[in-house]
Amino acid sequence: MIPEPASGGVSPAAYRVIGKALPRFDVADKVRGTTQYAADWQLPGMLVGRVLRSIYPCARIRRLDVARARALPGVAAVLTAGDLPRNGVEEDPTGAGLLRFTTPVLADGVVRYQGEPVAIVAAATDAAARAALAAIEVEYEPLPGVHDAEAAARRGAERVHDGRDNVFVHWKLRRGDVETGFRGAAAVVERTYRTQRVDHAYLEPEAGVAWVEADGVVTVRASSQVVEHFRALAEILGLPHNRVRVIAPFLGGGFGGKEDMTAEPYVAALAWATGRPVRMVWDRAESLLARPKRHAFVMRYKTGAARDGSLVAQEISLLADAGPYPLLSPRVLFAALVTGAGPYCVPHVRIDARAVFTNNVPASAMRGFGAMQVTFAYEAQMDLLAAALGMSPAAIRERNFLRKGDRLPTGEAASTYVALPELLRRAQDALGEPSRPSGPGARVGRGIACNMQPYGRTVWFQDRASAWLGFEADGSLVIRAGVPDLGGGQAASLAQIAAEVLGVSVERIRVHVGDSALTPLTGGTFATRQLYMSGNAALCCARELRAGIAPVAASLLEAAEADLEFADDHAGVAGAPDRCVPLARVVAECARRGVPVSRLSTFQGERSAPPDLETGQGRTFPDYTYGCHAAEVEVDVETGATRLLKYVACHDVGRAINPQSVAGQIQGGAAMGIGQALGEEIALEAGVNLTTLFANYLMPVAPDLPDSQAIAVESGEGRGPFGARGIGEPPTGPPLAAIASAIADATGARPLELPITPERVFRALAERAGTNEGR
Amino acid sequence: MSVSPAASREYPERAALRFVLNGRPVDVWAAPQETLLAVLRDTLGATEVKYGCGEGVCGTCTVLLDGAPINACLTLGVHAQGRTVTTVRGLASPAGATGAAADGMHPLQRAFVAHEAAQCGFCTPGMLLTAYAFLEKHPHPTRAEIRAALGGNLCRCTGYARIVDAVEACVRARPGREDVLRDP
Repeated sequence: MIPEPASGGVSPAAYRVIGKALPRFDVADKVRGTTQYAADWQLPGMLVGRVLRSIYPCARIRRLDVARARALPGVAAVLTAGDLPRNGVEEDPTGAGLLRFTTPVLADGVVRYQGEPVAIVAAATDAAARAALAAIEVEYEPLPGVHDAEAAARRGAERVHDGRDNVFVHWKLRRGDVETGFRGAAAVVERTYRTQRVDHAYLEPEAGVAWVEADGVVTVRASSQVVEHFRALAEILGLPHNRVRVIAPFLGGGFGGKEDMTAEPYVAALAWATGRPVRMVWDRAESLLARPKRHAFVMRYKTGAARDGSLVAQEISLLADAGPYPLLSPRVLFAALVTGAGPYCVPHVRIDARAVFTNNVPASAMRGFGAMQVTFAYEAQMDLLAAALGMSPAAIRERNFLRKGDRLPTGEAASTYVALPELLRRAQDALGEPSRPSGPGARVGRGIACNMQPYGRTVWFQDRASAWLGFEADGSLVIRAGVPDLGGGQAASLAQIAAEVLGVSVERIRVHVGDSALTPLTGGTFATRQLYMSGNAALCCARELRAGIAPVAASLLEAAEADLEFADDHAGVAGAPDRCVPLARVVAECARRGVPVSRLSTFQGERSAPPDLETGQGRTFPDYTYGCHAAEVEVDVETGATRLLKYVACHDVGRAINPQSVAGQIQGGAAMGIGQALGEEIALEAGVNLTTLFANYLMPVAPDLPDSQAIAVESGEGRGPFGARGIGEPPTGPPLAAIASAIADATGARPLELPITPERVFRALAERAGTNEGR
Repeated sequence: MSVSPAASREYPERAALRFVLNGRPVDVWAAPQETLLAVLRDTLGATEVKYGCGEGVCGTCTVLLDGAPINACLTLGVHAQGRTVTTVRGLASPAGATGAAADGMHPLQRAFVAHEAAQCGFCTPGMLLTAYAFLEKHPHPTRAEIRAALGGNLCRCTGYARIVDAVEACVRARPGREDVLRDP
């Protein structure tokens, strides 16, 4: 049973605005075509920026000569590594003091992946910029490079960076003693799973426009998930931090791919060097070639269960191909470490999570962030154990589900309600009656998959977010928050939260987002953190603002503060509909009495030290969102082709601020996972990218997908505003496992590698014809 | 638009081009190799037309040429000579289109808002134009036919469900029942 809302909670019926499927203001702009994305910005005298990229995955640069390019007509600047005040910022990508690394902005003497930026140009036209790229003379000495992650991780392997081990991060989790655990097992299954590299494929390619303001502030209007990159840009340009400004209000999709900087340093450097506005838009081919991808994982799992299905031990080794630079790999691997054993109670756990340098395209953040790849493995293990013990997939999961208060493998307690039993039941019920095969060669199968995905940053990053709320004289409200809106309704949700508390109708709220100079900083839109962090900041701010103006409203109404009600753009007295005054009147009275009608508030997330590095024991993520998905597929055993017939995605979202936006996140996240399960792959051959066109990067289109069902359960127990949990990333992981399980159910052959292409299914069926293994 | 000396050297054969954009005649200079996408975005400032892939796969740059959806990234600007081009900004009131209203939205756009059929919104202009052209020819499609019709337009945010819902709602509201969409 879903519990009553957490302490101090209010039943959803008590909310006037929260929980309503209100139309989003940004969607109205988007359907009219008026939203200005980064590449839509035009300034007088604007130059076109372009990047010269390495044609080799690994090579020494023997000679780099830009003199001829600089002399071409219309060319305003050609910059190489030596032209930048600092060619990168030294960072600790672990956040735990484990690594110092400077990722070069421009290649300096050596290129380490195909597509790595070598030089940048700014010219009067795109044709002139392309001509300049062609005129840059580069002499490469190609090197063999390191392209296989498992080989790169072996002792004595060729190194990607001189003087550095290829394995640059190794997180450990040790709980109990797995040997003891396995001795008590009635069944043990051991498998190796592989997930592929995939691309974010946001429809808006990387883009930015940069210019130098009259006061010398270098301003970058970019498609970025993080306006706080202004600091790194300032370091690169040798400027004080307060001389660089990043504006990124609305993006054409991000999914983690615009969490690291993309075009920003290049377009900023060109504007800084020329003093003129510069626009840079990357071709789709550049994006597919060279932008960081989702990590390919190799996952070895050994899982044991007792006769009654109780898990006794998990021994897990995770290896991720990071490409040549750390970027966000350490954090991705940490999320994989913490969630690697799944949403289950396991007394003995041993996990090693490593990332390794290669000369493949870099990998970094992507929706699901390490916690999604492991879903493919841990859920397959559950099915295999169920089969070995003669249990149903549902029964073995129900036996092992985490409950609130249970210890995670990190030793910390699951601190909020875990709705997995309800989610599992609802997902299975929603699948309905089994479909009949469409023909003699068709087999129908079903699969379920549960998951846990953190929301919010690991607690040692000491996360915080700020928001500013202020009334205008007419009683309308302004919200300012640094949040870049990726399309998930980040801005609109802040309006809905403020409307609930202050009684301003959402139509009378204007939200300004994503400007590092003019909106209070919230941190970036990543890690499923914005509703949790900025939402809480807006909620705190609205409550404090209300508390400030309430005495004024109470005196105007000659009522007690406790009896006040803020609704429908009025302050009134609860239960007395005729006793109310417009908010504008309250605001005017506040002005007369000198009571502030605006406020800046900061929400400080939980703070803690990193966990013990030898055992992984300690405090890690603020909380998790749990889910269960169910899939039904039809496999054509003649061709190996899989068709998805039905799909259900069910998550406990805590509280749905806007149920329509929540369902949209669930449907869209599931579709992204479905694409990874069945078709998408960035394919490399010795580091050379074979998939630099949308024509051969196969994402789902509308006819590929059935009418999926998104089910949002509201336990009221999340750490976000009104008990909400984050829902951006959680739906991406379970499709990998649910679809694989459905295919295994249909054919008897369990896919261990993604994507599950017709060829792989066909081969697995052919192999199975010779053996009785599988399932 | 001012043409810099460098640009005029690169495009020695710029041609005068006249077509109707969203119901209004426009006169522009365009080089023979310039795409319609470049003419619309860079010369005419019609930035509601988006670049998504440049290879005719994603459908993001879809516009209507004489009412038929085309990829503006694969169409030369000179092909628009003497024809009509409709972008999403002309959807509410292109010549011959019906259903424009005081809010400046076509019923399809209104349905997209009501069903939250856009998230990041980048594919939305192209998606709307594809859906509009489809409904003009197929006023009573099934859900499966709607899905098939949208097969040339990629969306990475929504999983398409809401988009199909919105188009279907528009179909249900027809004919002459646009009011249904105002308060779904």
